[in-house]
Amino acid sequence: MQSKPIALTVLDIVSVIVLGISTYLALVFAPTEAVMGDVQRVFYFHIGTAWTGLLGFIIASIAGIAYLVSKDMKWDRFGVAAVEVSTVFFFLTIVLGSIWARPAWNTWWTWDPRLTTAAITELIYVAYFMLRQGLDDPEKRARFGAVYTLLGGPSAILTFLVIRLFRSIHPVLTNAAEKAQETMGMTGNMKVAFFFALFAFTVIFIDLIWHRVRLGSLQEKVEQLKLNASS
Amino acid sequence: MFLETTPNTYNYMVAGYVISFLTMGIYVASLYIRARNLRQDEQILEELQKSDPKS
Repeated sequence: MQSKPIALTVLDIVSVIVLGISTYLALVFAPTEAVMGDVQRVFYFHIGTAWTGLLGFIIASIAGIAYLVSKDMKWDRFGVAAVEVSTVFFFLTIVLGSIWARPAWNTWWTWDPRLTTAAITELIYVAYFMLRQGLDDPEKRARFGAVYTLLGGPSAILTFLVIRLFRSIHPVLTNAAEKAQETMGMTGNMKVAFFFALFAFTVIFIDLIWHRVRLGSLQEKVEQLKLNASS
Repeated sequence: MFLETTPNTYNYMVAGYVISFLTMGIYVASLYIRARNLRQDEQILEELQKSDPKS
């Protein structure tokens, strides 16, 4: 593995700092929501992880197209990194949503359109890793990964859109009707915590993807060394 | 009948943040461990290649 770039070290430090600030804003700075109480504070991380999770799945689709066009393995490494980090973040989104739902809806889980599409999306990308592991040929694996992420991408888009298209009990953060009003009834300090969480998770997401891409490069190098040793 | 007081949902909030930090911590640790193991493999394989230049 190449020595760690200074920019990545700086990004690591920035990620830790913004995560700390975001936690402070969510837990201390933002006021307690009157109807739901303290559990509403998980909303800041819920939205932050959901945003980066869905973004990563869409980025992986774009990386898939780039691989199919160029056949350059760097796009495969990038796609795998985006899917892996997004799967972790999206898992957190679902868990945090469930924790919020228990006191708010009086249930941990319901087969609401948003929750159902979110669960399907997460399972699609868990299966992605299981299926990839079954392929030994790196090129075949990369081609499969590219096509799979291309087909999986619409499920991420559908998960985002489903509460705007169908009746759902899941709150809608922004839509045309709400734009004219306050964003989900958030006060000024809540908005600060909310937008900073979006920023913080975007920074952390970029940092983790960079690390995962470097890990992918090292994996490729070791695979090549193993091939040389066995031939 | 409407709620007149804010419900106590503190434990749910704590659970949410504990799980968040635990999950992110486990993932970062997994990245570190996988990289460390691969670096060890790389070192061994490179030493093997040096000791047996034919391969």
